[in-house]
Amino acid sequence: MSAAVEVRGLRKSYGKVEAVKGVGFEVLPGEVFGFLGPNGAGKTTTISMLCTLVNPTGGTATVAGHDVVTERDEVRRNIGLVFQDPTLDGYLTAEQNLRFHAELYGVPKHLVADRLRQVMEMVALWDRKDSKVMTFSGGMKRRLEIARGLLHSPRVLFLDEPTVGLDPQTRAAIWGYINQLRQTEDITIFMTTHYMDEAEYCDRIAIIDHGEIVVVDSPEALKASVGKDRVQIQTGDDQAAIKALRERFGLDAQIREGQVTFGVPGGEEFVPRLFAELGLPIRSVSVSRPSLDDVFMEYTGSTIRDAESEGSKNQWMKVMARR
Amino acid sequence: MTMTDVVRVTLPRGGAAHDVRAIKIVLHRELLRFVNDRTRMLSSLVQPVLWLFVLGTGIGSLVRDSIPGIDFRTFMFPGMIAMTVITTGMFSAASIVWDREFGFLREMLVAPVSRGSIVLGKCLGGAFVATAQGVIILALAGVVGVPYAPGLLLTLLGEMFLAAFTITAFGTLLAARMKSMQSFFGVMQMAIMPMVFLSGAMFPLANLPSWLHVLTTVNPLTYAVDPMRHAVFAHLNVPPQVDAALNPGIVWFGWRLPIGLELGVVTALALILLGVAISQFKRAE
Repeated sequence: MSAAVEVRGLRKSYGKVEAVKGVGFEVLPGEVFGFLGPNGAGKTTTISMLCTLVNPTGGTATVAGHDVVTERDEVRRNIGLVFQDPTLDGYLTAEQNLRFHAELYGVPKHLVADRLRQVMEMVALWDRKDSKVMTFSGGMKRRLEIARGLLHSPRVLFLDEPTVGLDPQTRAAIWGYINQLRQTEDITIFMTTHYMDEAEYCDRIAIIDHGEIVVVDSPEALKASVGKDRVQIQTGDDQAAIKALRERFGLDAQIREGQVTFGVPGGEEFVPRLFAELGLPIRSVSVSRPSLDDVFMEYTGSTIRDAESEGSKNQWMKVMARR
Repeated sequence: MTMTDVVRVTLPRGGAAHDVRAIKIVLHRELLRFVNDRTRMLSSLVQPVLWLFVLGTGIGSLVRDSIPGIDFRTFMFPGMIAMTVITTGMFSAASIVWDREFGFLREMLVAPVSRGSIVLGKCLGGAFVATAQGVIILALAGVVGVPYAPGLLLTLLGEMFLAAFTITAFGTLLAARMKSMQSFFGVMQMAIMPMVFLSGAMFPLANLPSWLHVLTTVNPLTYAVDPMRHAVFAHLNVPPQVDAALNPGIVWFGWRLPIGLELGVVTALALILLGVAISQFKRAE
């Protein structure tokens, strides 16, 4: 079976700014593929090119076997889209919004009623079908958009940050639907996220940073590749602690999220040595198995939260410089 | 739900039938939104009614003696129908900007359907809504001395629809590039006000100074208002000199244009505007 999404050397520049710098990857049919990276890493630009919304500056991409530039309508027929920002008509009812979609996509008339009910029941909105969408909460709107994205049985469903800005309960519900979908529908899911815990649900993830793909693999394989546990300590003098770690243990520690952080194989066995040999008072210590945070840090050199605050700092400076 | 219950959809490949469905649903949505929005329905009626009954009565008492045998409001009536249709049509087009701000436009533009179907559906929707609005003014005909002759009503209905379609196409063309409602309404005011003033909707176009005559002749709206006025005057009994003063028609270098040609000008304009609007949406991707 050929790949659901195949991307080679895909680039996008806006003027001099290179938003996506030649990415390449394949998404296999039936998998949940996650695009993980901080805000501004190029996730939305990439997804927009795959959805035929933005023309690439260079490279090629096929979705469901169709080229995103030359076979645009074929691609559109085969994909479902859920955007970050809502794209519903608040003045219409939930059902009217979905009917609009069915007609626009040319869903065969005899199937519309059944399919509509099915997708609305899946997201538990069937009993609200006659309510105007403007009365819906953010979570309900997102659920309705997911239902709409599935209405025409797309081969590939694109979800751009599907859970951003939602409460934990709704986030869990949305992941429930995604898992259900994998069982009931013959569908490939391509999603972007900057939540590490959500990336864990994916079959494979691609880490994207500064417009480039750093690594692609399953979450387990990525975590195993780190090979070290993450140790975080709090001390009275962090700089001295970093120096001591380098001199006595040959460990390269950094301050992450306000704590001295370093990776070391067999972290739990290392802690007694740390207390005995560091030569500085330690206030607290925590050891954790490698998480995707560590994977991200291993491959990009910073945690995703730091990358985002750095990114927003840069944006802020750009704004200030423009004045 | 088990796997066998899943309703699987296979989309048929494009074709004219799909385009027609797309046009119909975009049109249907316009109608739904119009029916649901009573405020808008009322607000676009206020202006023409004010013009007709307040300004029309006021000016009418002033000019009564120079136009014997006719109420000035009767003269204004076709102009006010045109004005209602134009305002409503522009509002319909404005909803494209609204849709863009609220994201719904994207839902339409990523669908596997031609831009042409979406724009045509939108323009037809705007035309139907504006015609429906015009019908309400049309119902007031008797109050201002215009007879309820079936032939007249049908003619006006058709001319209203044509004018409404043209103006919605014009609005759609403007909306293709507008990012915010504020700028759209700014441009709309700038375009619509002079066009209405120069169209013969408010005052007769006979005996104007030549610079004003030229402006009224190049104003496309004039060609939509004149056939309506002509239809109304054909059903009135007024002295020839009054008819000449109030219903002079459109004159090109001393030649009075036949109504058919005027309607032809509007139709051609509608098609051109529609074509440009579609190409704008194709480019805007």
